[in-house]
Formats: sequence, C-alpha cells, structure tokens
Amino acid sequence: MVELITRDLTVKTGDTVLVHGADLRLAPGELVALLGPNGAGKTSLLRTALGLERRTGGMASLDGTDTARLSPMQRARLVAYLPQQRLLAWPSMVRDVVALGRYAYGAAPGRLSAADAAAVDAAIAQCDLAALAERDTDTLSGGELARVHCARAFASETPLLIADEPVAALDPRHQFRVMDIVRQFVAKGGGALVVLHDIALAARYASRMVWMQEGRIIADGPPEETLTEQRLAEVYGVRARVDGAVVEIEGAL
Amino acid sequence: MTARRYLIPGLIAAALLAIFAACLLGSTPLPAGRVLAALFGGADAGDRLVVWQIRLPRALAAFVTGAALGISGAALQGLLRNPLAEPGVLGVSASASLFATVSIYYGLVALSPWVLPLSAILGALAATALIALAAIRTNSVVTLILIGVGISSFTGAAMSLLMNLAPNPFTLSDMINWMLGSVANRSFVEIGFAAPFLIAGAAVLLVSRRGLSALTLGEEAASGVGLDLRRQRILTVLGAGLATGGAVALAGAIGFVGIMAPHIVRPFVKHDPARSLIPSALLAGLILVLADIGVRILPTVNELKLGVVAALVGAPAFVWIAMRRRTLNG
Repeated sequence: MVELITRDLTVKTGDTVLVHGADLRLAPGELVALLGPNGAGKTSLLRTALGLERRTGGMASLDGTDTARLSPMQRARLVAYLPQQRLLAWPSMVRDVVALGRYAYGAAPGRLSAADAAAVDAAIAQCDLAALAERDTDTLSGGELARVHCARAFASETPLLIADEPVAALDPRHQFRVMDIVRQFVAKGGGALVVLHDIALAARYASRMVWMQEGRIIADGPPEETLTEQRLAEVYGVRARVDGAVVEIEGAL
Repeated sequence: MTARRYLIPGLIAAALLAIFAACLLGSTPLPAGRVLAALFGGADAGDRLVVWQIRLPRALAAFVTGAALGISGAALQGLLRNPLAEPGVLGVSASASLFATVSIYYGLVALSPWVLPLSAILGALAATALIALAAIRTNSVVTLILIGVGISSFTGAAMSLLMNLAPNPFTLSDMINWMLGSVANRSFVEIGFAAPFLIAGAAVLLVSRRGLSALTLGEEAASGVGLDLRRQRILTVLGAGLATGGAVALAGAIGFVGIMAPHIVRPFVKHDPARSLIPSALLAGLILVLADIGVRILPTVNELKLGVVAALVGAPAFVWIAMRRRTLNG
C-alpha cells in the first residue's frame, strides 16, 4: 500500500516558519480534506511533502522512500499532483493535455503506447470529457477545464492524488461534479488529499479532515470528531452552526 | 489531420525547391538544366564554380541559419511558455554577435578558425543562461522580454562603443556585417565550422523536446507529471545557445525568423511545443532562403543585408503577434 507520510515536517523561509512540525498521513481508500485559512501553510506542506520544495526539517516519505530522493518520474508514478496554478500555456487539444499525465511513462502527446492510450481514454471517460476530447482548451469553460485537469491527474494511474483547491472558482454544480469524480477515484481504491475552502463541501465528502492554522496541524480526524463550532471560530474566525455534517456559516466573528 | 501529415514533407520539398531556385537566380541567371548538370558534376567549369562555390553554399547558409533560429525560437517559446520568446527578441543573437565582434576586434580570430564560432556561442549561452536564471525567479514573461530588451540594448551599446573605437574602415564594415546579418560570400568552409555547433544544438533540443510539452501545464504541474525542471532548463538553454551561436557565427544577427516560423507552424501541430520544433526549423530555413533570394534579385544600389530584410518583415509580425495575444500568464 502506497502511503504519503510526513513526520515533524518543518519549512522555513528566512525567519518565517511556514510549516511547523507537521505529521500527515495519506493512504489509499481515504479522502482527506486539508482545511485552513489563507496563509496557514497548506500549499507549503503539500509541496514539501511531495519533495517539490526543500524542507527545513523533519521527514517525508512516499511508499517508504524519502521524497527528497525520489526522481520526478518516480514521484509522478506514485502521486498525481494538481497545483493551484492551472494555467495552460497553449490552447492545446483536451486529449493532448490529458496525455501529459502519461509523461512519467515516457509518453508525449501524439506518441502514446497502447497502455498510455487506454489510460488516457479511461481518464477522459471518468471525467465525462468524451464529447470534448477533440476540443481546444481555450474554448472550454472553467468547469470543463477543471475536469480536464482531473483527467490529466487520473491518466497517471497513480495510487494517490493531491489536489490544491481543485474547486476554486467553480460554480456549485461543477464543485460537486469535481468532488464526485474525486470520490469515485477513492472508491476504486485511490487515496486523495484535497485542499478545500468550502467547509460544507469538505464535510460532505471527506472521510478525514486535517485542520491547519499558522503552519501547524491543529486537528486531524473524521468530520464528526473534528468539525465543531468552536474549531471554526478558532481556525477561520467565523460564527457557524454545525449539525452533524451540515455546516452553516453565519458570519465573521 | 491531412494538413498535419503533409506539413513536414511539404516543408522539406519547398525548402529543396527554394534552394534550387536560389542556384538559378543571380547576376547571370542559369537555366535549370545547367544548374542540375552542375550539381551532379556535369556542365562546364564556370557553371560548376557559380553553383558550388557561390550560390549553393550561400543558399545552404541561409537555410541552416534560419533552421537553427527557428528551432531555437520554438524551443525557447516552449520553455518560457510564450510565443514572443525568440533568440533575437531575447537578446541572444545580439549577445552572440557582440562576442563574435569582440573576437574580430581583438584579432583573436586569427588564432584559429574555431575562435569565431566559439565566441558567438559563448555570447549566446551567456544571454540564454541569464534569461533562464531570471525565468526561475519570475513567472512574468513580460519581465523576461524586458530583460531580453535590456541585453539587446546593452550589447547594442557595447557594439557601438567598439565601432566608435574601430581602428579602420575595414574593421568597421566587418562589424556592421555582423550586426546586420548576411549570408553573402559564405563558403562550405564557414558552414563546416558552424555545423558541429548547429548539429549539437539541434540534437540537444530534439532529445529534450518532450519536456517542452509537459511545460504546457506550467512549471509546477510539469514537475508534478515527472519533468525534471532543472535539467529541462539547462538542456533547452544549452541547445538554443549552441544553435543560435552557430547561426550567428555563420550569418551574424538575424532577428524575428525564430518568432514567425513557430507562430505559423503552431496551429498545424495542435500547439504542442515538442512537435513544433522540426517544422519550425524547416519553415524558418525556407523563409531565410526566400528572403536571401529577394535580397539578391532586388535591384538596389548596395545589396540589402538579409538581417535587415528579416527585421523589416519580422518586427511588424512581432508587434502583430504581441497585440493579438491574450494574456495567459502575464
């Protein structure tokens, strides 16, 4: 079982501590929501956990190997990463963008092996993009583009998925569609960690919630245990009513 | 689909045809039969001399110069994810020709025939490396282009300084040749000295081209799908520096071909940077061969410099592309 594990992970730039001794674990079969206000260190935690950024202290491992020692190709076969920044440089065809998810297997757009092509087709079907596969990405809406990025991640056929705000700037329907796609991935045995700002959405989908504040992980557990009115006040500074997995935010404190 | 399949063969055919046409045209027009005879060892000595010593090397020099600039432009555009990146615009050509001029000015070229291409390549690598370093620090392409403009201005000033101090009119006219860019009077010997660098540069760019496709996703996602970003930057910078340096060593600074060719090619290859390299090289080579034919047959008092013509056509094209471009990443 491929797991992403960090222990006492610390990240500093200059004198500023971005992540403070974070212990995080992501395993197949769970959908983890990473929550916290802007600047809490969520993205820094993920990037250093993946070995994309240098850590100051602690350790991070993927499938038992220190992520700092993994080559980009090895890492890309274990975990698919959807960063916040999702601008495409060129108006490429949808299918070609999804095909980039096969980069770590030696494929390139227009040069796919049978296995690569099968993975790309499966990812396109999984994200309901079959009708758009031949379209240029500059003709797509934001919601469609978000699904293209999901398909790109799934085409890698990795056991784990890390998505940094995959539903940012999407309308409610597309937010649900993207989260449904992630849930399907988990149902098939994948493990997903998703940064979310919509607490209600997180509560609905997550099997575990990891709460960050000022660089520290302050709580980690299933929604029924960690999602409380007090925590929302403490972490986000909002007044909210929590009833099971139903959250209603009433205003700022 | 069909347009894409015939793109490369079509460009090769057009380039061969253009090079052949370049052998026909000139101050004494040769009919096709005599050119063919001369090319394949027949015909009289005069015809062979004109074709093999003058017209064919000149046309080939124009082609390889264009091809090197085209492939460098396409690769730099892929790396920097911007259609406006190009050796000329980024100051790479100017820096290469400055280094070449310095080596001429101080008489270093007398030491060995390799000094000229090597100094041009050194200049090209210095500028490309500077831009790639800046690209690590900033995501704004506008900043990168401005750095290129800065490099261009600085090398222009240094060039003016050298001209200012030029000891005699011969050195001065030599320098002007380098600044303006021309393939007049090139022989196979000069092509031979540039060739290893052009071939090495093109090979490095072609071997590393797959990573350029991954960069479509942006740098962060590209490293997420398995791209070694550092290695990609080094290889593209090295390849573009070698190819551009080789081109400048052969023909001086010729701008804007590296922008026009990839821009025309891109829609045919579905905007995939990797697949744009070879067609861009072929098209840019073709453009320069045609432009050089134009330069030769235009009835001007002094023969126009190829680089001047390229800029006269290319600079407006640059402005046009820049104005039509929607802001994608700053």
